[in-house]
Amino acid sequence: MIEQQYIDLFEQYRGELDANSTEGINRHRDAAFELFKRNGFPSSKLEEYKHSNIVRSFDTELGLNLRNIPVPVNPYDAFKCDVPNLSTYTYFLINDRYYDKAPQSESLPEGVFVGSLQQFSKEFPGQFETHYAKIADMADNGTVAYNTMFVQDGFVVYVPKNVEVEKPLQLINILRGGVDLNVNRRILIIAEENAHVKILACDHAVDDVHFVVTQVTEISADVSAQVDFYELEENSEKVTRLSNLFSEQKENSNVVTSGITLHNGYTRNNYRFRILGEHAEAHAGGLAICDKTQHIDNFAFLDHAVPNCTSNELFKNVLKDRATGVFCGKILVERDAQKTQAYQTNRNLVSSDTAQMFSKPQLEIYADDVKCSHGLTTGQLDEDALFYMRARGIDKEEARLLLMVAFTRDVVDMVRIPVLQERLISLIDKRFRGELMRCGNCAVCK
Amino acid sequence: MLKISNLHAIVEEQEILKGIDLEVNAGEVHAVMGPNGSGKSTLASVLAGNPKFEVTRGSILFKGKELLEMEPEDRAREGIFLSFQYPVEIPGVSMVNFMRAAVNEQRKYKNEEPISATDFLKLMRDKRELLGMDSQLVSRSVNEGFSGGEKKKNEIFQMAMINPLLSILDETDSGLDIDALRVVAAGVNKLQTKENATIVITHYQRLLEYIKPDFVHVLYAGKIIRSGGPELALELEKKGYDWLIKP
Ligand SMILES: Nc1ncnc2c1ncn2[C@@H]1O[C@H](COP(=O)(O)OP(=O)(O)OP(=O)(O)O)[C@@H](O)[C@H]1O
Ligand SMILES: [Mg+2]
Repeated sequence: MIEQQYIDLFEQYRGELDANSTEGINRHRDAAFELFKRNGFPSSKLEEYKHSNIVRSFDTELGLNLRNIPVPVNPYDAFKCDVPNLSTYTYFLINDRYYDKAPQSESLPEGVFVGSLQQFSKEFPGQFETHYAKIADMADNGTVAYNTMFVQDGFVVYVPKNVEVEKPLQLINILRGGVDLNVNRRILIIAEENAHVKILACDHAVDDVHFVVTQVTEISADVSAQVDFYELEENSEKVTRLSNLFSEQKENSNVVTSGITLHNGYTRNNYRFRILGEHAEAHAGGLAICDKTQHIDNFAFLDHAVPNCTSNELFKNVLKDRATGVFCGKILVERDAQKTQAYQTNRNLVSSDTAQMFSKPQLEIYADDVKCSHGLTTGQLDEDALFYMRARGIDKEEARLLLMVAFTRDVVDMVRIPVLQERLISLIDKRFRGELMRCGNCAVCK
Repeated sequence: MLKISNLHAIVEEQEILKGIDLEVNAGEVHAVMGPNGSGKSTLASVLAGNPKFEVTRGSILFKGKELLEMEPEDRAREGIFLSFQYPVEIPGVSMVNFMRAAVNEQRKYKNEEPISATDFLKLMRDKRELLGMDSQLVSRSVNEGFSGGEKKKNEIFQMAMINPLLSILDETDSGLDIDALRVVAAGVNKLQTKENATIVITHYQRLLEYIKPDFVHVLYAGKIIRSGGPELALELEKKGYDWLIKP
């Protein structure tokens, strides 16, 4: 059993983990450990993991930073992010550790906390206790339990009632290491009543070793809160990213998430949205561009528990070479959730015979007065459009490129930060031109 | 300028063009008429290089070069322009980007520098005004949600932007209202010079009152069965095609 070495490791180093973390975080390790011992990692025998064997990623020698030792690095030297000038607020997680030396040129609005999970657990114990490991369901998912066992730090955004953080916050996740590593990071986003915040998280692997990353994100959107959470993955092909995002929403809240996989190795993104208050809206976007043997698996579960809410999911994949794409979208409309509007779309562009796409929409509807739809297409570029463009003198390759960029456009349009939209379009363009081979713009790769 | 000889083309294993001969010289306007399904659009597509159609015999010389050996984009750069009977919608590609790419590809082919932003905007505005096109149309995705007439107008707008040597207008008049037809025809006439040529595919004499042809050809079942002067179109208008088919 692959899990055994991690069970042993945990038992042996439990003391170290606790000593280098905080009381609040440590408190959840036992329950997580019990669940992990029982469930292990989700196996590919499970229907939901049929096309993604994530257990295999752990079947190797992986180092863990059990003593939470800072990686000696100045992220500003090592790395220039591809999305510059987006915001005045930039934060770093280096592997699973918060980098606390990043200077901010502007102070945040009164009462807002942005910083490390450790610090938050100490300074806001009540808030921490209410949300941490509460939205994320460990029982259902061994990866989440595993993360909760080993996690020592992470990133927190807490916006109190009626506060609007106007400028987007940018979190840059940097993976660094001299040996193959397992990194377990945590993101917690709390928006209280009528709080507004927009966050962009970028993933970059700087060193050319294997990284297996588990990330658990918890989003709590209280009454009338607005949360935007955009993720941009630009990892190397040696990175396995196992992300689990959990979002809970109350009345009138509005949550937008988007996961853009520009360059990756092996990625599984789980999304679990629960809409618990009326007149709330959830918008979930996803876009992956994969070639070579890259693997993308997006699994989205959306639970409409109450009436009068709207959800909109749009996931797109562009696959070539021997890339694999998987999408599973489950929508549950509970019996009381009348007047629900739930839309789901999955469109895929597969441009080689060896690339594969598996797609499975699943609607479970128990209310009778609802508007739900799902659309699924997997195909190639529109030949008529291609000819039309060539007939105007546009090169075949250039025409293909323009059409591919166009294909991604509606996912980009879901992003509610105009400068980020522009930046994404140019990054996507570069990606299709093969000019974004690794992590784009870091000093190490150049 | 253009010399088509014994052109045969098939689609889906069916022969559509069965030996076409046609010569077009600079400064000329040719009208091609003929019943539905006779192969007019197929001829236009083959000239533009649509890979859906396979040419089995014959040749197409354009300025002395064999077109059949050229990719569609190279034919366009050499000066062939097809105004589509059914313009294609391309969601997500803006008219502006589309036109900039097209104009710059033409310039690159002629070893010219890419057009400057200000010159491009001016060119867009001039041609838009020439055709009385709404400014918000060009800020949208290519043909997306355009009405039938707007699509046709947009084809001629593109023609004006690119300024081709040989324009093939495939039923550009269908879908245009009376005023738009006049504006579009005036636009086409304005672009017509001694150096370029136009092939107009149409069912109706009405368009030919605005764009006056030097020659009229009747295409039937993949062959040109009659050629004549402008009076042939008038005769067709009166008598239909039957008298030509079953003499
Ligand atoms: N892609 C295709 N697959 C099969 N048949 C085709 C295809 N394209 C054209 N054809 C057939 O070829 C014949 C000629 O078509 P074409 O479009 O050239 O006619 P046309 O003269 O332009 O007619 P219209 O006046 O209606 O526009 C028709 O019978 C048509 O059904
Ligand atoms: Mg036709």
